[in-house]
Amino acid sequence: MAQSLDRLKESPSQTAGPYVHIGLTPNFCGIGGVYATDLGATMVNDKTKGERIKLHIRVLDGTGTPLRDALVEIWQADADGLYNSPAELRGAADPNFQGWGRCPTDMDTGLCTFETVKPGRVPFRDGRPMAPHITLWIVARGINLGLHTRLYFSDEEKANAEDPILARIEHRVRVPTLIAERQGDTYVFDVHLQGEKETVFFDS
Amino acid sequence: MSSDPGSNRKPETGAFFQRDRTWHPPALTPGYKSSVLRSPQKALLSFDNTLSEISGPVFGHAILGELDNDLIHNFAKPGESAIGERIIVHGRVLDERGVGVPGVLIEFWQANAGGRYRHKKDGYLAPLDPNFGGCGRTITGEDGGYTFRTVKPGPYPWPNGPNDWRPAHIHFSVFGHGFAQRLITQMYFEGDPLIWKCPIVRGIADKAAIEALTALLDTQATIPMDALAYKFDIVLRGRRSSLFENRLEGN
Repeated sequence: MAQSLDRLKESPSQTAGPYVHIGLTPNFCGIGGVYATDLGATMVNDKTKGERIKLHIRVLDGTGTPLRDALVEIWQADADGLYNSPAELRGAADPNFQGWGRCPTDMDTGLCTFETVKPGRVPFRDGRPMAPHITLWIVARGINLGLHTRLYFSDEEKANAEDPILARIEHRVRVPTLIAERQGDTYVFDVHLQGEKETVFFDS
Repeated sequence: MSSDPGSNRKPETGAFFQRDRTWHPPALTPGYKSSVLRSPQKALLSFDNTLSEISGPVFGHAILGELDNDLIHNFAKPGESAIGERIIVHGRVLDERGVGVPGVLIEFWQANAGGRYRHKKDGYLAPLDPNFGGCGRTITGEDGGYTFRTVKPGPYPWPNGPNDWRPAHIHFSVFGHGFAQRLITQMYFEGDPLIWKCPIVRGIADKAAIEALTALLDTQATIPMDALAYKFDIVLRGRRSSLFENRLEGN
């Protein structure tokens, strides 16, 4: 016998189910008067620094059908590449930007829209700058454990080419699954859960 | 850097323990039909956490309303309350090291006592309760503790197999200190025979993992002549000490 490591196991995940809106965006699904607003619905105000951008995100199943009952959360650095988080030790992030947003996919079109700012570059573990990116977390009925991936930007070709995470993708043909296409001030990003265009999801 | 006002806690910046994906349900659990076309099939890209995963948003108590952790009253008309078995749900949010996780947002949602959700997609026969909305939230205290009041949700049939029923459950959404700790799960109730028949629960391979989602009746925490109590602890990913780690640039 030996000593025990005395560690607990993480609580196992269970699906968010089809009624995730009740808990996370009650106003969106008609439950008014409990919370004044749905958390994460607004990310920027007049004083937020940085380039205003929109994200148009859809999540598609293995048949290419957009999910209309999913929920997407995003987490990102501010325009200077600083996170508004106690774990950020490099400086003070923009006080007018929390960097976190939440949006249910539209019940008819499956579209999720975020209005945010373009993030600055954040260092990788060894200090090299990562390309600007936004972390995505996706839950829905049929998804047993929340899916983690990133959105990178099509107009950051040089930064993307030297990004240490994108560089780890063995099958280079899959790299574009993480790159949102710029159209004016909007970036369009389709997340494919399955199939030939399956998005690269992370275990980190 | 932002932190809770008045807190002397030094922020932890170590990477999180690797997730044990054999303990969680796999993406594809064919008995739960919705997973079939919604489960990624290719290998995941593995890498040690960067600052993007180690950092995470902070939610202050300012977002909370007085009744946010009281589902019996937060949707009810003045002087009225939700119908059902009154219960207190309480416990702690811990990490895999057994350390309490303070200051994190927990959101919960559930069906009413008859097993009906207040949602346009739910057409179950059981009636809505005009005094029950079904959502609540709270923020953990210094020891990671939390508590809320609600009614025990009912089990309900759902379209999967021809005769599948969900055990009574409460959905939990939990933030940690890093976005890589983000977790959604469900709490079940001790003694419910439907737990072991449910295709969603059965996606979990290990019996001990299912038991870890099953709350015990806690008679010490009941309020006599008022409410029963269930205790439900939630465990988030633990994190390494950053003492011997290469320092991130700029630290």
